[in-house]
Amino acid sequence: MNHITQQLLQIVSDLPDNFRGAFNIREDGQCAGRQSSDHVRIESKTDAPGLVIQVEPGTRGETVYIPACVTHGDVDDLVYNDFFIGENADVVVVAGCGVHTDDDSEARHNGIHRFFLGNGSHVVYREKHIGTGKGAGAKRIDPVTDIVLGEDAVLEMDTVQLSGVDSTTRKTTATLSARARLVVRERLLTDGDETARSEFEVTVTGDDAAVDLVSRSVAKGRSHQEFVSVIKGQARCTGHSECDAILADEGTVVALPGLEAAHPDAALIHEAAIGKIAGEQLLKLRTLGLTEEEAEARIIDGFLK
Amino acid sequence: MKQDILNIQHLCWQVPGGGEVIRDLDLSLQDGKLVVVTGPNGGGKSTLAKLIAGVETPASGRIFLNGADITDLDVTRRARLGIGFAFQQPVRFKGLTVRDLLELAAGGRLTEGELCALLGKVGLCANEYIDREMNASLSGGEAKRIEIATVLARGAQLSIFDEPEAGIDLWSFARLVETFEELRRTQRGTLLIISHQERILSIADEIIVIADGRVRASGPRAEILPTLLADEHAMRCPLEKGARR
Repeated sequence: MNHITQQLLQIVSDLPDNFRGAFNIREDGQCAGRQSSDHVRIESKTDAPGLVIQVEPGTRGETVYIPACVTHGDVDDLVYNDFFIGENADVVVVAGCGVHTDDDSEARHNGIHRFFLGNGSHVVYREKHIGTGKGAGAKRIDPVTDIVLGEDAVLEMDTVQLSGVDSTTRKTTATLSARARLVVRERLLTDGDETARSEFEVTVTGDDAAVDLVSRSVAKGRSHQEFVSVIKGQARCTGHSECDAILADEGTVVALPGLEAAHPDAALIHEAAIGKIAGEQLLKLRTLGLTEEEAEARIIDGFLK
Repeated sequence: MKQDILNIQHLCWQVPGGGEVIRDLDLSLQDGKLVVVTGPNGGGKSTLAKLIAGVETPASGRIFLNGADITDLDVTRRARLGIGFAFQQPVRFKGLTVRDLLELAAGGRLTEGELCALLGKVGLCANEYIDREMNASLSGGEAKRIEIATVLARGAQLSIFDEPEAGIDLWSFARLVETFEELRRTQRGTLLIISHQERILSIADEIIVIADGRVRASGPRAEILPTLLADEHAMRCPLEKGARR
């Protein structure tokens, strides 16, 4: 792999040297390294670019790394990765993505991930995104995540967009069976003229399932963000979505939450708060000796932590 | 004789577009004392505290800290010169933990032991709180005690507490009073506490009574407190003619 991939991997993925577990590193649309483990098998798809990742039932304590990097302009990388998680497995999936361009042409990664979680399985899914490079070419990341949770399955999804991504559209859909649980934590920072749109559509079909979706974002510069979420409660279930956004400079945010309760015992809640950093928060940190700029940076860091 | 840590001359402040809240107020605080400012609601006590901390800007008058004129300095610079301020209403932060705030206040990393000691002074068990966010999940009393702990963590020359008793249960309040007494004994610096509580008044070195934006009385506790208690029994406000001597 080239040195830009190595740099991006350090930021978006904590893949250790001499890692013995399962991983696949994607560089500019090609495989730059792959390894399966005893319980996690990674193979190329035969009908499209991408991977099939099979986690054996009962696998516990393994981490699977599948980072993807685009290291120069004029690359439009499209990949389809399917994850089949066996019953009662408990694993961590790390899927960071970095896009880099030093010229005027666009660098784009479009990762379409499908998760099929067997009954009783548990997955922690981490995804960090960053854009780097001095080129004027747009750096784009457009992830799609489709999730199907079996009975009693749990997916914890933690996504972070660090900086430098000119444009991103994240689309996430999920279907929850009985007693399944989906927890999503999205953190997003945009600056300059960047744009970001997050769409979540979660359908709860099984009794006693639960979804908890929290998005925290900061829109700086002249950046623009849109947050669109729909939780559909079609059974006895709970659903919570929360969108908190801090506006800085001339940043703008649109939040369009939706709740659809199609069952009398569906309990769905949405919270949204958009605004500048509260004056008293800045004042409090200034009474601790921070300047206004330091206080603002610390509040934003904490908010996105 | 101890020198003045704080000297206020002819201080005035008014609500923007409204009436005067602080009127030509003069005040001196000696270093190393525990001073309690008391008086009726709306009399200007909290405003005075904010003016000293730099949270509000006076319309006129001067404020001196250790002889240096700090009137035109902003909140940050006053904090760096040694003024600590505990807000009456604690501020909430999404994403900042109790540990984050205390370490910001202390100006560096704190060990578990140091965090435990700080939170113990306000009646909280560190293990339950240090990694919690300073957000709406904390009760009013918990947040208030953490707010006070941030000022204790600073170890400031002049620590100002605006109604520290507000929202705190009896047991935590008793612990807090002990902490103030301990601070007076063991730490250098001055404590300025805005309070109505007799328990806090009873540990003061000096008491200042503020009403209608002015200092109505000030002096050693032994001199002021009996008068205040007599006024209380007589249901008499310090604003009334003859209420203060």
